[in-house]
Amino acid sequence: MTATTQIFRDSEADRRHRAKWWTSRIAIYGVLILWTIICLFPIYWTITTSFKMAPNVMKGNMIPFVDYQPAWLGWRSLGLSPDTIWAESTVREEFMKRFMNSAVISVTSSALAVILGSLAAYGLSRFNYRFGYMRNSDISFFFLSQLILPPVVLALPFLVLYKELALLDTRVGLILLYTLTVLPIVIWIMRDQFGSIPTELEEAALVDGLSVWGAFATIILPIALPGMVAAFILSLVLTWNEYFFAALLTSTHANTLPVMVASQTGSQGISWWSMAALSFAAILPLIVIGVVLEKFIIKGMAAGAVK
Amino acid sequence: MSSEGDLLHVVTNDNIPEGRKRFGRAIIWGTAGLTVLVAALQVMQATGQAEFGFVNWRPTLYAFCTWAVALCWGQVLIRGEHGKRTLFVLPAAIFVAALTVFPLLFGLLIAFSDWNLSSPTGRQFNGLDNIRQMWTDPFFWNALWNMVLYSAAILVEYAIAFGLALLLNAQIRARKFFRVAFLLPLMLSPVAVSWMIGKSMLEARYGPLSRLARFFGVENPSFFGSPEIARATIMVMDAWTYIPFMMIMILAGLQAIPKELNEAAKVDGANGWRNFWEVTFPLMLPVSITAILIRIIFKLKLADIVINVTSGGPGGATDTVTSFIFREYRERSNVGYGTLLAFVYLVIIVIAMTFLMKLADRWMRPRT
Repeated sequence: MTATTQIFRDSEADRRHRAKWWTSRIAIYGVLILWTIICLFPIYWTITTSFKMAPNVMKGNMIPFVDYQPAWLGWRSLGLSPDTIWAESTVREEFMKRFMNSAVISVTSSALAVILGSLAAYGLSRFNYRFGYMRNSDISFFFLSQLILPPVVLALPFLVLYKELALLDTRVGLILLYTLTVLPIVIWIMRDQFGSIPTELEEAALVDGLSVWGAFATIILPIALPGMVAAFILSLVLTWNEYFFAALLTSTHANTLPVMVASQTGSQGISWWSMAALSFAAILPLIVIGVVLEKFIIKGMAAGAVK
Repeated sequence: MSSEGDLLHVVTNDNIPEGRKRFGRAIIWGTAGLTVLVAALQVMQATGQAEFGFVNWRPTLYAFCTWAVALCWGQVLIRGEHGKRTLFVLPAAIFVAALTVFPLLFGLLIAFSDWNLSSPTGRQFNGLDNIRQMWTDPFFWNALWNMVLYSAAILVEYAIAFGLALLLNAQIRARKFFRVAFLLPLMLSPVAVSWMIGKSMLEARYGPLSRLARFFGVENPSFFGSPEIARATIMVMDAWTYIPFMMIMILAGLQAIPKELNEAAKVDGANGWRNFWEVTFPLMLPVSITAILIRIIFKLKLADIVINVTSGGPGGATDTVTSFIFREYRERSNVGYGTLLAFVYLVIIVIAMTFLMKLADRWMRPRT
């Protein structure tokens, strides 16, 4: 009758659908943002606190430049503020020493674990072994069962042994122990990696006259490299953050950063700003790694979850 | 994956001369003999029978390392191509065996002795005294019970992690940003976390979380005052660090589920809720169980946060076994008793984990 009647329009059901879609969107993003705040606020808090002064901390100011005027107090106490960075600073030297200890120990032990672990995982995924009564599955279990071993069980025997071996408070001592603790994780990740590479590749290489080790080094290693990087970074995170062994086995020379951070809290009246600066300096490398190499970390942790 | 039988079939023509084999055996046994000899000499000095001028036990360590190298080299010398294959696994095996088996055996010796590291009397065998002491030590049993409670908290962590993984797997924008943000807590050192959250943000007077609690009407918020609340606070802090870990494992599992399955369920008329419980969740069961088991293993090692934030207080309410032994050693430097506790803990863990794995196996079987 009337030509202007709208022919196409959203039916009642469609409109309800649209509304439902919007509410679900809002709910999803709401939860995501809430959790983002939960994850990031402590980091934000640490950064801002490191620029606070005593009254700011007491008043609980939160936003720099709005609530309070940032000051270099915390960083000055570490010797890392603009006006002290060129001057002599014993605290900074101490900090750098600990930082270097942490860096050397975690990088070396992760590298060692990745080398040993990759070789072992490759061998276990390709060949048939018999060490006495132990077959492949037993050897794999032997490596992976180390994961269950709690650090306390090893801690005190190692303390005594290291004392006798003069390895107490040395970098080498910690490196050995850290390698041991991350090795099962590396083997787990790498076993998965090598298992997914078809053996035909090596067979072709072997036919072409390469040796077993040659095929491993030239054909397999490049393919498995992303997995190795993932394992390395995961080990790096674990060893950089390790506190228990470091606290027990080091005292003055080989202290790592977590030990330094922990030892500060005990002193009379915590100076929050310098603690914040120190903590932030300690976690900064890993935040950078986390943001830049997130892909590898996820890859490493996902290995083994999906078969 | 642990298949028996070589996956790589290599036929090698090994003609190893007898002399080379003999040389290989000679270096292995020679260095083994050297190690035993050096160790024997050092034991003699340690027991006071003779004096050789050893300062520490390093010589034995070096001799052992030589033996390990000789063993690896000898494999190639004696068995040729097969030896080269052994070389893949042997270094790691020697490394792990040397660093766990020997300390564990040594620890067993320590566990049954009274050994105060700072006292001059040294180690004294005291039989079952440590066990008797453990039996009557309420703090140790309390710490063990705490571990049960802490482990139970994993179920809540799992639920949250699953929820977050589902959200990240949904159709959202800026997924990478959220993934990175959610991952960050895992990267932070527990010591820094215990300072940042435990000491600073939960400060009773001017910490931001205390302010928040006061805003919601809590009088005098105190996060470490009563045992229950203190324990819950530690649980929350530990959960904060490790939820990303479970989340990522579950996310990987979710992404491996073929889209067709969920679509088929939708076609069959399942709504979101039923789709989740009848398709997604059963498919995720194996991944979930793996994630939970690994998380339990990590949880059983929990110590740094407790040591740094509460040092076990109030009244041992937040103690984990590890932190308890740590303090036991720090305060009394009694190595023997601490080691015994650690060994008892290990035995309990091994039994519990074996049981859990058997249980998990049975759960997973009929569904997959």
